[in-house]
Amino acid sequence: MTRKHGSLAALPVGGTAIVSRVRGERAVVRRLLEIGLVPGTQVTLRRVAPMGDPIELKVRNFALSIRRSEALGIEIE
Amino acid sequence: MTPLPIVLVAGNPNSGKSTIFNALTGARAHVANYPGVTIDRVSATVAIAGRDLELVDLPGTYSLSARSREEQIAVDSLLGRNLPSPAAVVVVVDAAALGRALFMAIEVIATGVPVVIALNMSDEAARDGFVVDRAKLAAMTGAEVVQTVATKGNGIADLKLAIGRAAAKTPSEAPPLERPAVVAADIAELESAILTERVLERPAAARAWATWLLLSLDDEGADDLAGIPPSLRKRTLEIRRRAEAAGRNVDLEIIASSYQRVDTIVEAVVQRPPEPSRRRSDRIDAILTHGLYGSAVFAVVMLVVFQALFTWSEPAIAVIESGVAGIQAAAAATLPAGPLTDLIINGIIAGVGNVVVFVPQIGLLFLFIGLLEDSGYLARVAFVIDRLMRSVGLNGRAFVPMLSGFSCAIPAVMATRTIESRTDRLLTMLVLPLMSCSARLPVYVLITATVFAPGMRIGFLSVGAVVLFAMYLLSVVAALTAAAVLRRTALKGPGAPLVLELPPYRLPSLRVMAFNVWQRVRAFLIGAGTVILALTIVLWALLSYPKVAADAAGDQLRHSFAGRLGHAIEPAIAPLGFDWRIGVGIIGAFAAREVFVSTLAIVFDIESDGAEDEPLRDALRAATWPDGRRLMTPLAGVSLMVFFVLACQCMSTIAVVRRESGTWSWPLFMLAYMTVLAYGASLAVYQVGSRLGLGLG
Ligand SMILES: Nc1nc2c(ncn2[C@@H]2O[C@H](COP(=O)(O)OP(=O)(O)OP(=O)(O)O)[C@@H](O)[C@H]2O)c(=O)[nH]1
Repeated sequence: MTRKHGSLAALPVGGTAIVSRVRGERAVVRRLLEIGLVPGTQVTLRRVAPMGDPIELKVRNFALSIRRSEALGIEIE
Repeated sequence: MTPLPIVLVAGNPNSGKSTIFNALTGARAHVANYPGVTIDRVSATVAIAGRDLELVDLPGTYSLSARSREEQIAVDSLLGRNLPSPAAVVVVVDAAALGRALFMAIEVIATGVPVVIALNMSDEAARDGFVVDRAKLAAMTGAEVVQTVATKGNGIADLKLAIGRAAAKTPSEAPPLERPAVVAADIAELESAILTERVLERPAAARAWATWLLLSLDDEGADDLAGIPPSLRKRTLEIRRRAEAAGRNVDLEIIASSYQRVDTIVEAVVQRPPEPSRRRSDRIDAILTHGLYGSAVFAVVMLVVFQALFTWSEPAIAVIESGVAGIQAAAAATLPAGPLTDLIINGIIAGVGNVVVFVPQIGLLFLFIGLLEDSGYLARVAFVIDRLMRSVGLNGRAFVPMLSGFSCAIPAVMATRTIESRTDRLLTMLVLPLMSCSARLPVYVLITATVFAPGMRIGFLSVGAVVLFAMYLLSVVAALTAAAVLRRTALKGPGAPLVLELPPYRLPSLRVMAFNVWQRVRAFLIGAGTVILALTIVLWALLSYPKVAADAAGDQLRHSFAGRLGHAIEPAIAPLGFDWRIGVGIIGAFAAREVFVSTLAIVFDIESDGAEDEPLRDALRAATWPDGRRLMTPLAGVSLMVFFVLACQCMSTIAVVRRESGTWSWPLFMLAYMTVLAYGASLAVYQVGSRLGLGLG
């Protein structure tokens, strides 16, 4: 059993979690999945841009930056 | 001539694909267009194992799925739909990020076309402590694997041999990827429909296309994908609806099962270091994307780029301009006077000059962009500034092109290539020419000096400084507002999500950078240069025909098409405060904004050599309307400057937007909206100003 912990946007800097679900507009979701944010993938929130958005993630050993609006749709556990 | 066998080079952005392509082909690339889309088809002929092959550089992507025709090129090239079938494919992968890069590789392998995996960046992977078992990777994927360091040329010879072997194979029946039974059944259903309709012949290719259709077709039919038989489109949507009704998500099922396969392979072939990471990059990023230091570094870097674009290109431009003038003078001295000589001197030589004069700025900008991009900093620029750019509907990658727009719109429009999404690119291109470029400066200077008294001050500032500041401010506000408006109107639609990879910091390779600068310059000379040359000749004809028996250049100009056009538009521009002479200047300025000054000099019969504005200023100050009112009041001057800030007075910009957008409709749209904007704003300035009694001073 896994417990829902909310969205990736709420992860603290340095925090690590596992993606459980990706929600949102189909094209956006597909894009995020294709770049490797599939359920079960480990992500670390590495940094936040100086103006608070976008955020930098570490996924599958590469650094990926997405906006908070997209991160909101990524559920983690 | 029978067409050569084709070998595609595919890979993720930033995998080093272009570097590999150039290393394989030795920089002999031929750039053409794919039919019907605006993507360059970069190819080169290479002899491998005694056989000539055509290597084609596919656009860098993270996957094969598509929403637009541009993105569809990748899958159509692979499966040979409406394009020749490839003999083999090279998939370039970043050896340190196999967990993502193999996703695309296994999609390509599943089509059954023979594949060679180029395990690139293997130097960085080794430095970071990754060990990849190549034999096992080859066994698990069915592709040949070659280790490369593209920047040093390591492994390129082996890669060539592997390509030769792959191209000699025939397409195989790659085993289907393991997927959940339900979605496997969906794919199989569509696959047999494709085979029955004989759209594709090989089962593996049909299966790959079936998977692609399920992922790519829009449920509302709102995608822009071409060449899909209606029956298959209908079938695909039925299958998707059925799955949706059963509470399933086909996209997720397909992509997640592919990644499951990727994870299995990576688990088996990659030995990771205990603490895998790009630690050096992390330390640099801690400073460069830091709130305070990061912003400071950002400001300094941007200032240096900006300053360099302005000042470093100046001497080179001056040399080109005096060189062109020298050639013109030499031609005038040797050739017999006559209309043909005039065409050669003022049409052709001037036109070539108009093209070449952009080379220093284009070269410099792309040198900087190359430096910023290859070092990895350009992605950080986008990261730092995205929040601000997004507030007007642009994305972080638009920042450097917009900034370069202050120097010149031509290289800046070309620089929008670093923006991934086509809509975002177009939007940036369309508002960029509003940024006040350096060619507008001579116009501001002339007008300011004409209409304001030299010592005049506003507070403790000289009036010139205030005017310049106001014009730059107006240009920035106009560009950002236009972006916000266009994003909600002409270019609306779901914005692509920002998916920005932050590559590790690297030392840029000078050779690669020099090559890229040359490619950009060449693309400009061929693609936009020809149009600029043609427009220069047209404009020359407008300004010098029909011929009249007149000695003074001014008389000739007044009776030319352009002169008549100036008269014809006077009723339209008089409400802005411009008479027909200013109108002729505006028409002439279409060649380049600073030409406004020299055209006015001719209209006003100024016989100076152009180095000194003083006589022209006096003539302008003395000029009157037929009823004796002064022409160049301060208000008319401001109106004219506002017009120059906002109008698309530059045929070269139109030529380059036509080249970069691939159609005439976007540059014409740009010309139209900017002209309307400029006209409206100048009209408002002059009319409101006159009512308030500001024009008489
Ligand atoms: N250390 C190292 N750097 C490399 C290697 N191959 C390419 N690079 C560098 O990686 C950067 C990206 O290379 P490109 O060839 O531009 O990559 P690309 O895949 O074509 O990227 P896009 O142009 O974004 O599609 C450049 O700075 C190259 O100099 C390699 O094998 N090792």
